[in-house]
Amino acid sequence: MASSETAPAAGQRGKGLAPFLRSQMRNIAPFLTLIFLSAFFAFASPSFATIDNLGNILTQVSVTGVIAVGLTFVILCAEIDLSIASIANVTGIAVAYFTLQESYVNIPNIPLPGAAAILLAVLLCAALGLVNALGLTVIGIPSFIMTLAMMQIAAGISALLVRGQIAYKVPSLISTLGSGSIGGIPWIVIVAAIMLLAGHLVLTYTRFGRYVYMVGGNREAAEYSGLNVKLILGAVMVISAVCSGVGGMLGVAHFGSAQQNEFDTYLLDSIAAVVVGGTSLFGGRGGIGNTIVGLFVLGVLNNGLDHVNIDSFLKILIRGVILLVALIINVYAQRLREQAAE
Amino acid sequence: MPEGRQPILELQGITKSFGGVEALRGVDFALLPGEIHGLVGENGAGKSTLMKIIAGVHTEFSGRFLIDGAETHFRSARDAHAAGIAMVHQELSVAPDLTVAENVFLGNQPTNALGLVQWRRMAREAGEQLSRFGIDVDPMSRLGDLPIGLQQLIEIARVLFSGARIVILDEPTSALSPPEVERLFTTLRRLREQGTAIVFISHFIEDILRVSDTVTVFRNGRKVTETASADTTKGALIEAMIGRGGEALEHSYSDDLILPRPSDSSVVLKVDQLSLTRSLQDVSFEARAGEVLGIYGFMGCGQQELSRILFGKLKPDAGTLIVEGKPKTFASTAAARRAGVALVPESRRAMLFHQEPVFKNISISILDRISSLLLKPAQEREIAKRQVEQLQIRPPVVGLDLGMLSGGNQQKVALAKWLTYPPKLLVLCEPTRGMDVGAKNDVINIVRDLRARGLAIIVLSTEPETVLSLADRILVLKRGAVVREFKNEPVSKDRLLEAA
Repeated sequence: MASSETAPAAGQRGKGLAPFLRSQMRNIAPFLTLIFLSAFFAFASPSFATIDNLGNILTQVSVTGVIAVGLTFVILCAEIDLSIASIANVTGIAVAYFTLQESYVNIPNIPLPGAAAILLAVLLCAALGLVNALGLTVIGIPSFIMTLAMMQIAAGISALLVRGQIAYKVPSLISTLGSGSIGGIPWIVIVAAIMLLAGHLVLTYTRFGRYVYMVGGNREAAEYSGLNVKLILGAVMVISAVCSGVGGMLGVAHFGSAQQNEFDTYLLDSIAAVVVGGTSLFGGRGGIGNTIVGLFVLGVLNNGLDHVNIDSFLKILIRGVILLVALIINVYAQRLREQAAE
Repeated sequence: MPEGRQPILELQGITKSFGGVEALRGVDFALLPGEIHGLVGENGAGKSTLMKIIAGVHTEFSGRFLIDGAETHFRSARDAHAAGIAMVHQELSVAPDLTVAENVFLGNQPTNALGLVQWRRMAREAGEQLSRFGIDVDPMSRLGDLPIGLQQLIEIARVLFSGARIVILDEPTSALSPPEVERLFTTLRRLREQGTAIVFISHFIEDILRVSDTVTVFRNGRKVTETASADTTKGALIEAMIGRGGEALEHSYSDDLILPRPSDSSVVLKVDQLSLTRSLQDVSFEARAGEVLGIYGFMGCGQQELSRILFGKLKPDAGTLIVEGKPKTFASTAAARRAGVALVPESRRAMLFHQEPVFKNISISILDRISSLLLKPAQEREIAKRQVEQLQIRPPVVGLDLGMLSGGNQQKVALAKWLTYPPKLLVLCEPTRGMDVGAKNDVINIVRDLRARGLAIIVLSTEPETVLSLADRILVLKRGAVVREFKNEPVSKDRLLEAA
C-alpha cells in the first residue's frame, strides 16, 4: 500500500522524469501516434504532406470536431452519448425541412424564414438532449442505454421528416458556414475551431468546467461536497446534443443534401476522436486539447489511407484496430496515473 | 464448561503483526465441540484478526494451530473451508440479484448428469433448510428484494447449513430485529446440540451473555480473560474490555466526565420523528449553536443513515428536519449545503478528490461564493493557503495532489472544505478514526474552535473516546432508536457502553 519508492516525504521536487512521463502518458501517447502516422504517410505518399492536403484534412474533421466538443464534456463526466450522430442527422434534416425546397423535392415540408428554421432546429436538438438528461438524472437510466434509445428515436424522427426523400436547400447562413469559405479558408473549419476554443475555455476557466472535471473525477465526492451532480450531468447531455445539432446542420450544408443515415459514421468517429486523444473513459482527465489531437490522428489516418494504395475495405479494419489500440492505451494510462498518485 | 473433552480447535501462543504493529500477542484460544464461544473487545482489540487466522484469511503468523489435536497450517481460506471452518463476515456478502435458493447454494448448486442446474430440487431444498431456520420466504424470489435483516439471516443460514464443524459469526445481530435475533439464537442452540462449535463476536454484550457458554475478552491484542458466561456480568465484561487504570498513552475515559449544563442558545436543527426502513425509528433531537452533540452507537445502529439524511443524500420515510425554524426537505446535497448544512463522511475517499491538488479540494464547496462564471484560481489558492496554515496541514503545498498527503492531513483537508464560509450545522462522522494521537488532538482542537465560533456540531462515532472527547451532550443510538441522552451529568466509557 504505502509505496515509499517516490519518497513523498522528500517533497515533490525531486520526483524525476520517469514518474512525470508516466503520469503524462495520456497526453504523450496520442501525440506520438499523430507524429508517427504523419511521418509514415508523408514517407509513403508524396501527395500527403502538402498545404492543400492539410486543408483537406482540416475540412474533413470539422463536422466531427464540432460534435466532439460536446462529447468531450460527456466523457469527462464518465458518461457516454451514443445519440450524437442521430441527433446531428435529425437536426440537419429539420433545418432543411423548414426551408423552401426546389419543386422536384417531394417532401410535404413547412418552409419558414431562415432564422426561424435554424431556431427550430436548435430547439429540436436541445429538446432531444433534455430528454437524454431527464432519462439519465431523473429516471436513472444509464447513459449508455438512454442514448441508445435516443439514437433510434432521433433516427425515427429523421425518417418521418424526409420519408425516404432527399432535401437539398438549407438557410443561406447555414449553407455559407457549411460550404463557403473566406480568404481561402473554409467557414466550416473556422466554426469548428471557434467551437473547440469555446469548449476549451468553458472547461478550463469557468466554474461549470471545474464542476465537470470534479464530477468526473469522483462523483461521490462531488455529491458530498454539495454539488448538484444531476444538474451538471443533465447540462452536459444538453450541451452534447446541441453541439451535435450544430455539426449536423453544417454537415448537411457541407454535403449538399439532407437524408436518412447520412451521419452514421460520425458516431464512431467522434467517440474515437475523444478517446484516441486521451480523455479518460473513467472521467475527470483530458479535455478539448486532447480531443484536437484525437481529431488530427483520425483525420490523418482517414486521409492518409486514401493517399496510399490500399484496399478500401481494409481501411475499415485498420481504423478498428487503431481504435482498439487507443482504448488499450487509455485504460493503461489511467492505471499508470493511479500508480503514480499512490 | 465440561472438562476432558478434546478441543476441536486449539491455538497456542499466536502472535501476528502488521507492518511492525502487533495485532495479536501470544494468544491462546481453544474451542470445544458443541460450544458457543462469545468474543468481545473494542475495535482493534484483535478479535477479527484472530478469526481471520482461523478462517485461513491471514496465513502468516507465529504460534501453533491445532485441529483435532493435529498441527495444521492453512495456506488459504479454501483450506480452512475444506477443514470444515466457515465464517460469516460483518459485511453482507450475498448476491442480491440472484434468487434466495441460488444464494443458499452459492458455489454448489445441485446439478444433473449434464451439469445443468436442477432448479426445482434446489428451490425445494433451499425452502426446507430455511424453514428449519424459521425463515418463510419463496426460494425463487430475488434476494435483493428482501429486507436487509432477512438477507443476513439467509446468509447465516447458508453458512450454518453448509455442514461446517466450526462456524464463526462476526457481528451477526447488528442488522437484525429482536424476533430475528431470537430465531438465530434458537438455531445456534440446535446446532450446538449437534456438536457444532460456534464463535460469536458481538458488541452487544447482552446477546453474548444470553447465547454463549464461554466468553473471552480481548484488549490490545491480548486475551484478557476467559470465563463461563454464567459466572460473569455485563459490567465485569466492560471493565475487562476497556481496562482500569488507564493506558497512560491516551486519556482512557474510564473515569466519569461531567457534561456541562445544556446550552440555551438558539436551536439550529430540530429533528422530529425521523424514520427510515430498517435503519431509524422515530429519532428526534435538537442541535444548538455553539454546542457539540455527540451521537454514539455500535456499527450499524443507524448513524450513517442519519448523517446522510441530514445532508440530503438519503430521503427519510417519515419525519421532518427543521433548520433554523424552517421545515426543510432537501432535494439534493446542494440544497442541504445552501441551507447551511455540511457533512464530513467517515470515508475520506468518498469526500475528496485524490487526483486533484489540495486547493481544488478545499475550494470545491465554496466555488459559487468566490466566482460567478469565471474561476479565480489565485483567490482559490489564497483561501487554501490560509486553511492549510490554520489547520497545520503538512506538507503546506496547496498545489500538491491530495493523494500525496497522509491520512490525518487528508482528514484535515476534508474539514477545511467547510471552514472558509462556516456552515450553520456541521455533521462529522468518525472525525478521528484511524488517526495518530497528534492528528487526533489537532482535530479535537479544530472542533472546539468551531464550537466557540457558534457552529452547531454533530459528531457521530462508534468509538466512545471520540464522542467523549468532543461532545457537550451525548445521545446513544441503538438499532435505529435513541435509547439514552446524557446531559449535565457524569458520563464515562462504561456508562456509554452500558447504555448501548
